[in-house]
Amino acid sequence: MNKQIKAVSLISGGLDSMLATKAVLEQGIHVEGINFFTGFCVEGHTHAIRKRDSDKPKRNNSLWVAEQLGIKLHIIDVIEEYKNVLINPKHGYGANLNPCLDCKVFMVRKAKQWMEENGFDFIITGEVIGQRPMSQRKATMPIIAAQSGADDRLVRPLCAQNLPETLPEREGWLDREKLFNFSGRSRKPQMALAKHFEIADYAQPAGGCCFLTDESYSKKLVDLWQTRGHKDYELDDIMLLKVGRHLRPNPRFKVIIAREDGEGRFLEGYKKVFTHLYCVSHQGPLALIDGSPTDEDLQLAARLVARYGQGRAAETVEVEIKLLNGAVKKMLVAPFLETEMPQDWFI
Amino acid sequence: MTTHSLNARRLLCPLPVIRTQDKVKQLQTGDELEVICTDPGVMQDIPAWCRINGHKILSATQVEGEYVIVLRVGSQ
Repeated sequence: MNKQIKAVSLISGGLDSMLATKAVLEQGIHVEGINFFTGFCVEGHTHAIRKRDSDKPKRNNSLWVAEQLGIKLHIIDVIEEYKNVLINPKHGYGANLNPCLDCKVFMVRKAKQWMEENGFDFIITGEVIGQRPMSQRKATMPIIAAQSGADDRLVRPLCAQNLPETLPEREGWLDREKLFNFSGRSRKPQMALAKHFEIADYAQPAGGCCFLTDESYSKKLVDLWQTRGHKDYELDDIMLLKVGRHLRPNPRFKVIIAREDGEGRFLEGYKKVFTHLYCVSHQGPLALIDGSPTDEDLQLAARLVARYGQGRAAETVEVEIKLLNGAVKKMLVAPFLETEMPQDWFI
Repeated sequence: MTTHSLNARRLLCPLPVIRTQDKVKQLQTGDELEVICTDPGVMQDIPAWCRINGHKILSATQVEGEYVIVLRVGSQ
């Protein structure tokens, strides 16, 4: 009896990995999906913290894709291991703090480890030569295969015909003629293949899956590292960078101010571990203070928070500040005028 | 059959799914697991994860801002 050949597929939740997986399933291979959670993934739910995005689907796209394909999905927490990828990328960063090539090498290496531990035979990715400027180029394909250790057990079904034969093709597990020769940034071949496979619904293709490609997010992370004096982070740090207005009047502290109710509810969860403040005389947002503010800084933070509440036009408003030691301070402050706030306070 | 509980409060998806997945690995077929969360996304994601991995959702309820999902572990 022939052994059932098994492949593990990196499922991002986007169209390319969905198509690549489908192409291999069509050849009778048993496929299971794997998805890595780095902490920087842009999920529907992260957006859903904000009320204004409440009309966006709240589904997790990788789970949804797996369900559409009828395969199992293993979601792996790599938050700790990923720190080294982000902090010390061998191949450097892209336009922002995105270490795309190192990230891909890391994920394929992790998939290889999973493949070996679970008795699978090869790895699938949805990579296409020329699709992404940093990580998906002709020159980077062999780098990823070699540095991950996956070598010729790494199959990119969507552009396989443009690459050297892999072990699954040589062994006859996969028919190379039934794989594809996509290249470049055009999405048309993927759209056509989706239509061929009768896949009508899929997540927005091409990009936008990682906060590290976002300029504003990257600036906040750089600010975090600079003010702490070292490149490190915990999960809560990087989650909070996704939420609220971040204003840093000086190196001692920054204020994170909720922009609407959804963010306010999210920040509520951090009240026990941050000094926090809100306006009590008027309606206004919850804000957290990160750092070690002086009394003068607290006054300044109160004026900032007042600026974003209903009392912004009042002469004075009352703000309550709860310190980490449990002490509560109330102060009357004049809300900042828009013109008084230097632009470089906004991170 | 034994009943277990998992506190996934304050975690945003996919972390509640990951914690559920890791907990279920330690359980036996037929065991029940109650997962308590605060991210409303779990109401979609944990049932989806259960469907693709052969586990059964027994209930999914919202109680005072928390989401409580009870599942029965399928064969692993």
